[in-house]
Amino acid sequence: MTFIGLQLPFDATSAVLIVPAGAAALLALLPGYWLSARLNVLASLATLLAALSLLIERPAPSAYLFVDDLNIVFVVLATFVGFTTSVFSASYIGHELEIGKLTPRYLRFYHAMYQTLMFAMNLALVANNIGLMWVAIEIATLTTVLMVGIYRTHEALEAAWKYFILGSVGIALALFGTILVYMAARPVLGEGQDAMVWTALIARAGGFAPELLNVAFVFLMLGYGTKVGLAPLHAWLPDAHAEGPTPISAVLSGLLLNVALYALLRFKMLLAANPAAIAPGPLMVTMGLLSLIFAGFMLYRRRDIKRMFAYSSIEHMGLITFAFGMGGPLANFAGLLHMSLHSLTKSAIFFAVGHIAQAKGTQRISEIRGLTESHPVLGWGLVLGVVAIAGLPPLGLFMSEFLIVSSTFVRAPLLAILLVLGLLIAFGALMLRMSEVAFGAPTGSTAPVKASYVPLFAHLALVAGAGVYLPGPLVAWFQSVARLLG
Amino acid sequence: MSSHLFDIAHMLAGGLVLLSLALLYQDRMFGLLNVFALHAVVLSASVAWQGHIQGAPHLYITALIALLLKAVIIPLALRRIVVRLGIHRTIETVVGIGPTMLAGMALVALSMVVMLKATATADPLAREDLAFALSVVLLGLLMMVSRRNAVSQVVGFMSLENGMILAATGAKGMPLVVEISVAFSVLVAFIVIGVFLFRIRERFDTVDVAALDAFRGERR
Repeated sequence: MTFIGLQLPFDATSAVLIVPAGAAALLALLPGYWLSARLNVLASLATLLAALSLLIERPAPSAYLFVDDLNIVFVVLATFVGFTTSVFSASYIGHELEIGKLTPRYLRFYHAMYQTLMFAMNLALVANNIGLMWVAIEIATLTTVLMVGIYRTHEALEAAWKYFILGSVGIALALFGTILVYMAARPVLGEGQDAMVWTALIARAGGFAPELLNVAFVFLMLGYGTKVGLAPLHAWLPDAHAEGPTPISAVLSGLLLNVALYALLRFKMLLAANPAAIAPGPLMVTMGLLSLIFAGFMLYRRRDIKRMFAYSSIEHMGLITFAFGMGGPLANFAGLLHMSLHSLTKSAIFFAVGHIAQAKGTQRISEIRGLTESHPVLGWGLVLGVVAIAGLPPLGLFMSEFLIVSSTFVRAPLLAILLVLGLLIAFGALMLRMSEVAFGAPTGSTAPVKASYVPLFAHLALVAGAGVYLPGPLVAWFQSVARLLG
Repeated sequence: MSSHLFDIAHMLAGGLVLLSLALLYQDRMFGLLNVFALHAVVLSASVAWQGHIQGAPHLYITALIALLLKAVIIPLALRRIVVRLGIHRTIETVVGIGPTMLAGMALVALSMVVMLKATATADPLAREDLAFALSVVLLGLLMMVSRRNAVSQVVGFMSLENGMILAATGAKGMPLVVEISVAFSVLVAFIVIGVFLFRIRERFDTVDVAALDAFRGERR
């Protein structure tokens, strides 16, 4: 029992679910910006503490919830970014209320949905039942759809509708895959609940009918791959990022894509445990590489700053999927590291972009110039973030990209050439746009903006720190997860 | 299991595939909604029949939900939307009816080949149910891409979802079936509410999705 467990009647696994669920109910009732924004931060902090306590002591797995080496990485990352985003959201939403872009009526809705999203993502991560995991991802999809459309503009509604239709098709296909996995497991594990429990599935996967598992994985890859934002199923992602409130863009890129990827990784492990099933790697490698190169080219044509960074998310999710598809201890380690650092960096970039768009009153790249002069702190924060996301040394993403590329060179040099090509294309686009936006004569408003810099620079400091020095225990932890992934 | 129990299960599942194909060539809104309501009735009969032959009473609840929500409430709600928006004349299709039907038949053949091959070891009822279910799913997808009208996209999605429920109930002893069907119904309700709430007509003056594309940020 942990220090939290001693005081509360439930364990820490349930706490990461109960706290956001309770907070969502409370926030749905509470009017007023001041109180609800602070309560939102407080609830996110409590969830983070509960997640951290899981590192110290893990409750025993139940039929519905469990914590293991793999999902704890995702849970800690999700609750951390969830907390920092709630801090950013407090100042961001305050400004949106002032300029009247968001009405108080929608504010209550916004905060309740934020906590519901946290609840759904945590549930998807700690679920020990593949059906429950699917339901959680569905809830997460629906809440984000509602949040993307919250501004009620033409663009926001169109983005929400597109996201809704594509996301629904994606999760419908994932459900079909889930049913097929159950069908494969039933002869071995018997009817009912048992054949959907993850811990039972992975232990007995060797005896499942391989043909069914193969078909199931194709559906799961297409279904959850849509949610990861892999090309050619990515069409919803840029619109949803560009038109929703920026805190949601940060959470979408930083967390929800990871949650879908986590689901995919789980099923990849299941297939890997069955010797007669197809190797899931090549499929993931192909889609990952396709997304990377496609998004790299698309980056050049963006005119909207949030849309540009959404394409950059597609690029990085492609890279991460590629790394996990390659498999092996080194590539998995690099993929895991890259995923964590990408979450931190991309949400930091969205924190900066959110305040910049508020300061300048526009998201159009051509109307934002000379940020380092007009808003030095935000401008340099963005520069640092873009330098990190482009993969320049000495920041953390350089190291993880280097590891992915070098491990690929050893095993498949041809793929590595394509990989490097894709990375260079994206690098060029990001540098080009960043120099336009950050330097030169400033345009638009130069009035100072009320911003919360702490989340932005906390993330960037972590990313920079990871590039210089990775603590030993963290490396050992990630290595053990990488071995688990096979 | 006696053979007539088996035959009826097949007949109902096959009927669902047939109705999915019928949905593809409906070129009037009301016709589309009527066929969809029938689709839901057949689904609920199929689910209830599965409940009967599997001895699983909780499937009756799923069947009842499908009947009430999908065969009555949602078609009525959509009908009201269609009347209010005045779009009951015709449906615009991206591709013609002929090619769509050919593509539909190809998809049915594909799902038969894939599923019957993949499930060679599973029990015969479940495997053919799954093949039918996959056909319904793929036909629903086809319908969503071959229609540009938001209401018919919703109908396409709901027929896809009926295929999911068919698959879930065909898998014997699948837990969470009721929960999943409820979760799906929530999803459907969201779509319908979405059409209402978002008031696409009001915002865009048309429910033609192609017109919405003009608002994409890239073309600003």
